[in-house]
Amino acid sequence: MMARPRLSPARLLLLGALLLFALFFLAPLYVMLSASLKSMDEIRNTSLLALPASPSLQAWATAWSAACTGTDCGGLKPFFLNSLLMVLPAVGISTSLGALNGYVLSKWRFRGSELLFALMLFGVFMPMQVVLLPMSQVLGWLGLASSVWGLILVHVLAGIPSTTLFFRNYYAGLPDELIKAATLDGASFWQIFRRIVLPLSAPILVVTLIWQFTNIWNDFLYGVVFSGADSKPITVGLNNLANTSSSVKEYNVDMAAAMIAGLPTLLVYALAGKYFVRGLTAGAVKG
Amino acid sequence: MPSRARTLWLPKLVIAPSFVLSLLFIYGLMAWNGVLSLSASRMLPNYEFVGLAQYEALFESERWWVALRNLGIFGGLFVGGGMALGLLLAILLDQKIRLEGLLRTIYLYPMALSFIVTGTAWKWILNPGLGLEHLVQEWGFADFSFGWLVDPDMAIYCVVIAGIWQSAGFVMALFLAGLRGIDDSIIKAAQVDGASLPRIYWRIIIPSLRPVFFSTLMVVSHLAIKSFDLVMALTAGGPGYATDLPATFMYTMAFSRGQIGLGAASATIMLATVAAIVVPYLYSELRGTRR
Repeated sequence: MMARPRLSPARLLLLGALLLFALFFLAPLYVMLSASLKSMDEIRNTSLLALPASPSLQAWATAWSAACTGTDCGGLKPFFLNSLLMVLPAVGISTSLGALNGYVLSKWRFRGSELLFALMLFGVFMPMQVVLLPMSQVLGWLGLASSVWGLILVHVLAGIPSTTLFFRNYYAGLPDELIKAATLDGASFWQIFRRIVLPLSAPILVVTLIWQFTNIWNDFLYGVVFSGADSKPITVGLNNLANTSSSVKEYNVDMAAAMIAGLPTLLVYALAGKYFVRGLTAGAVKG
Repeated sequence: MPSRARTLWLPKLVIAPSFVLSLLFIYGLMAWNGVLSLSASRMLPNYEFVGLAQYEALFESERWWVALRNLGIFGGLFVGGGMALGLLLAILLDQKIRLEGLLRTIYLYPMALSFIVTGTAWKWILNPGLGLEHLVQEWGFADFSFGWLVDPDMAIYCVVIAGIWQSAGFVMALFLAGLRGIDDSIIKAAQVDGASLPRIYWRIIIPSLRPVFFSTLMVVSHLAIKSFDLVMALTAGGPGYATDLPATFMYTMAFSRGQIGLGAASATIMLATVAAIVVPYLYSELRGTRR
């Protein structure tokens, strides 16, 4: 490190504290990653923080295609694919609906629309435990129980309140004159949406896509309640894998599996963290 | 040329499916859950009305009281600890740090991960024998023991540690945004008057963050009430049911113990608790924006 003479003791203390906290936050990630590259012998004989002596991707390969999750021993691959199958349509549909709703709620308000929106907003905070039992019956009636389609439906329904909130708040910031002028020029509801509103939507679109992707990918509750043997998402696969009570616990495989389950959202965060934070804060404050 | 009539009904038509579906999803299923909680449902839902019997059974169940007590411990420490740490991080980061962007990214990344992922990692770190205990023993403290995860009295504190680790960065992000919104001139004026930096924070800056405090508190406490994944990944409610929270209690009763009525009743209590926190908040937020 370059010597910077103006560094006062207080400043050093501050930096020290910040770096210590950084270590605290990074430690679990480091532990996961390093353990996933070790052999079981090494895990037993070295400490948590030791660097892997001869890093190997063996545990990753096992976690991907051979580890046992309960009675199955096909690794996480099928779960990962289920999650992909689930997350892409669920994110796409809930985001599109949110954009349309936000457009109507900010630019085409009608009597009662604000009240209905306010009622909808409670869905952002509602504890999902309250819908689990009736929803599993509804899915049964619809013939969607234990299928990826059922999970997609639930994620779309659960996602509409937050996607609508995001787009409504964003579109409220677009000047109304823009819409009025276009209406006077004879543009229709859809033309205004396609030609004026949508091209201005890139920032909020990214925020919503990332927010929905992270939430749905990370969901465990719906996955564990509504999925069947062939439609379990990655979080359920990981949990089953990590909680399988086999005679020999393979921690390196557990950690590799956790890394695999976490990589997609970590990647999104690394690439577009700014938008992720915006989603977090938009979900938290501001009506 | 779109006719006037058409522009009047089209927006309503476009939003109607979302309104109908999400209001049914939210309030319809909520009501249905309420009906189930008043029924004699066990393995399968039935609609034999039994009044408040399930609620009586719920509050006579020792396991439910354990879950409530845990929610008190976990909720208090998770909300209090997470907010304190988050605020501290935000204030430290607010001192014109060169590495601010990088540090912010590091503090916040846990929030991008599933609780199932981080729970799996923490379970191993806190594992007596292999994790932290082993590490400290290797550092030369042979007598060090850290068995909280398997100790029924202490396991809930492991959930607290992992929970705070996960959420502190989120609180930091909210406070940092609040801090950035404060007018610099107030601080400069106080500095001219000779006030020390800690004093300025304590007396001026933190009090002016009150609205941020309030909304952060709402969000973090409703997260605490809904906490499910973290416990499932870290302890699965164990040892025994020592780390049950209302959310895991509900899941166990409804989906593995064949006590649907009881599960529905516990879900209603959770709903009421969240509503008590969130509804006044939403009300004030919405009224604020409606000028």
